[in-house]
Amino acid sequence: MKIRTLALTAAVLLAGTAHAVEFNQVDAGKSTLAFSSKQMGVPVPGNFKRFTSQIAFDPAKPTAASTTLEIDLASIDAGSKDANDEVVGKQWFNVKAFPTAKFVSTGVKALGGNRYEALGKMTIKGQTRDLVAPFTFKQEGASGVFDGGFVLKRMDYNIGEGPWADVSAVANEIEIKFHVVANAATKK
Amino acid sequence: MNFTPPRYTGPAIAAHWVIAALILVAFPLGVYMHELPLSPTKLKLYSYHKWIGITVLLLFVPRILWRITHRPPAPLPMPAWQHRIAEGTHHLLYLLMFLVPLSGWLMSSAKGFQVVYFGVLPLPDLVGKSEDLGDLLKEVHEALNFGLLALVGLHVAGTLKHMIIDKDGTLRRMLPFAK
Repeated sequence: MKIRTLALTAAVLLAGTAHAVEFNQVDAGKSTLAFSSKQMGVPVPGNFKRFTSQIAFDPAKPTAASTTLEIDLASIDAGSKDANDEVVGKQWFNVKAFPTAKFVSTGVKALGGNRYEALGKMTIKGQTRDLVAPFTFKQEGASGVFDGGFVLKRMDYNIGEGPWADVSAVANEIEIKFHVVANAATKK
Repeated sequence: MNFTPPRYTGPAIAAHWVIAALILVAFPLGVYMHELPLSPTKLKLYSYHKWIGITVLLLFVPRILWRITHRPPAPLPMPAWQHRIAEGTHHLLYLLMFLVPLSGWLMSSAKGFQVVYFGVLPLPDLVGKSEDLGDLLKEVHEALNFGLLALVGLHVAGTLKHMIIDKDGTLRRMLPFAK
């Protein structure tokens, strides 16, 4: 009995070293995607309620990591009912023609410590731009927690056309903050 | 008769006209802007309206302190009931000068929009974001404003009565450059 337990423990330990731990099961319920716009100097917080993301992140080999993120733009909460009705419209996201925004990573850089940088392409409203998203990684039990943020210039993607192109009313810079929780699965 | 009635003090006169001018801009602006569809213009007008309101609130503090420490000139001869109405109107005007901008600030907080004075100085949110409270405070702000409108109307009507019917020097006591 004792020998069997020992053998089992050894097998588990061996498996642990032989197969790296990869965080790749995103927990949508614990992940959030928030943003803050500035209207006449007033920070107005908002978020997206629905988005799906795939992550493959092995802390031992961070540069091999990859991620994709797809945001359901109609799930936006931009701070008020008026704003929510407005931003799905043609001049803003035009969700009828472009229902989702998509980020696909092309690489991950290790910046030292628990700091990393995801490089990739963001596509919103038919416009694709290079994007750099710094983030931190933290292991909490069986979960990996990714926290990061970046500034997105809305005019790069024509978010807010016509009169809304006036960045003195709504600033060009939109602060994006993401918090993604992914569980580990053993890599084969 | 060569009698010149005593006038209000300089600071009292300045505060009266500056605040009157601010209210005369903020009130119609508020009536106009709230029906507009969402646009950059609407966001700007809302901000200007809030900045004016906060300015009134800021000026109210020294004004009321000055009023408490400096008695206004004695009233010109008039029936006691008229004097009581004039005085009551003044007191209520002071009250609304404070409550109207305060209710606007509260409403802005409840609606989830912080007031950033002149777009650079963030003021604290007085209450947390709440749709129900925001809607309630909108009603309160509106009701207080119509109260203010009625009182300003009464105040101006009183002044006109003194000018046209009594032909006394009531208005002159508050005019900036009168002798």
